[in-house]
Amino acid sequence: MTETYYQAHEECLDRSTLEELQARRLRALVVSLDATVPFYRQAFKDAGVDPASVEGLQDLPTLPFTVKNDLRAAYPYKMFSASMDDIVRIHASSGTTGQISVVGYTRADLEMWAQCVSRALVAAGATSHDILQVSYGYGIFTGGLGLHDGATYLGMSVIPASGGNTKRQIQFLRDFGVAGLACTPSYALLIAETARDMGLDPTTFPLRFGIFGAEAWSVGMREELEQAFDIKAYDIYGLSEILGPGVAFECSAQQGLHVNEDHFLTEIVDPQTLLPVEEGEYGEIVFTTLTKQGIPLLRYRTRDISRFITEPCSCGRTLRRLDRLRGRSDDMLIIRGVNVFPSQIEQVLTGVAEVSTNYQIIVSRTGRMDNVLVKVEIEPDFPADEIARFESIERQVRAEIESALAISVQVRLVEPKSIARSEGKAQRLIDERKEN
Amino acid sequence: MAQQLSIFLENTPGRLAALSRALGEGGFNMHALSLADTSDYGVARIFVDDPVAAKAYLEKRGFSGTLTEVCAVEIPDEPGSLGRLLEFLADHEVNIAYSYVFVNMMTKHAINVFKLNDPAAIELLEQEGYRVLSDDAL
Repeated sequence: MTETYYQAHEECLDRSTLEELQARRLRALVVSLDATVPFYRQAFKDAGVDPASVEGLQDLPTLPFTVKNDLRAAYPYKMFSASMDDIVRIHASSGTTGQISVVGYTRADLEMWAQCVSRALVAAGATSHDILQVSYGYGIFTGGLGLHDGATYLGMSVIPASGGNTKRQIQFLRDFGVAGLACTPSYALLIAETARDMGLDPTTFPLRFGIFGAEAWSVGMREELEQAFDIKAYDIYGLSEILGPGVAFECSAQQGLHVNEDHFLTEIVDPQTLLPVEEGEYGEIVFTTLTKQGIPLLRYRTRDISRFITEPCSCGRTLRRLDRLRGRSDDMLIIRGVNVFPSQIEQVLTGVAEVSTNYQIIVSRTGRMDNVLVKVEIEPDFPADEIARFESIERQVRAEIESALAISVQVRLVEPKSIARSEGKAQRLIDERKEN
Repeated sequence: MAQQLSIFLENTPGRLAALSRALGEGGFNMHALSLADTSDYGVARIFVDDPVAAKAYLEKRGFSGTLTEVCAVEIPDEPGSLGRLLEFLADHEVNIAYSYVFVNMMTKHAINVFKLNDPAAIELLEQEGYRVLSDDAL
């Protein structure tokens, strides 16, 4: 099978041509930021950087970072580079902690965004003849409208289902000839589970592919999704501060996410030292928007942890790939001095047939000791009638987590469906230490 | 052999009530119930009308269940009868994973339920003259 590209030229540029393009765009960006955004004018001054003297990518490490708090402090519009007359859309981050941060898009930004999403859709096998059901929440959150605009731009038929009303979602999937489903992976699992509860078999739906994002998900969860619907499941990555979904996307190889590097300059840095990590090492992803007009950002620290995959991709795209996200540096737990990501625990659980991937991690503290309790639902058809069998599964899960993470944990099996499901993002972690 | 339905339950207030209520709402009559528990969870082992349908019904209601073939042996409801049965099994080196007893009000016999890991034990019991009950006789 030959790979299909949406923008073959941009997606397959040779490295030196791409870097020249990036350097040219970076030079224009710093000059423009200095002229239009007081925050950056001050930041350049503080860092001793003369914007006019920035020549290329080699100057990147001298440029100041931008963090989430800078955006919050700029609430609502102080970070905008374009004038409000040119802004045609406003979105904001979900704002689960503290002040929300606001982003604005010009008409050209929306077109660039739609093109980035179109690249992702085509890489997942979508064509303009297909129907896409968008079950991300519509509204100020970028997921719904981001996929909606991208699919519309590509010429697909879009069902703007938004989140919620799961039975109606299932009706569309069953009856409307839907080829692709776009939503969070945890919501897709809830849809499959609800369909089965209704006596339907989701593998009989005409669905071919899923585009799942806005949450970090594991390889095991991909297998679960692919089997549940008999589809190919693709990851899409983005964040509202940079764009929304479409910053990076998976191709048919399903081996990491290609970053749209002609628009987003990407670095991986050590979250502590802020210095670049060795090529291929894990660290925090940092983006610089190269073409955005509404709210361009310089070296934005995403808090997301990943690494570059250094080998060329079999799909032919030269856009570099980020490995599957390992979690957020915010979600990173420090347990007795060891860095732990919830996704690592999920990875272990997907390898144990008797338990589901619905789990919750509860961290508490007794005295100076951190305790980690992993609650995990057993599968509904768990074949056991003896306590000893349940205890042996608990011991197995515990031993595997301990060997993968090098921390000791307690494991408790719980009943199916007893851990709260969500229609948005899954609440996997309860850290009771923060309440003390 | 008889079919026992085993349901995983968290050891928290109301879970056994939820199970009983679900079976009641589904129209399934329970004939025997035995609980094995740890501090966090347990297994409710039950004899119920139509265990296959009951299992499917409970799974829809969010319970995790499994069907197990167990050995239900009728013994006279009188002193010493259980002891004789257990000694007989011990003499033949048959190990018992778990066991519980209930009384059939119709026949006035006690029914002793065993999970045995040795299929040949049924034959031994029948040769000895014990009545090993099947589903319809329960």
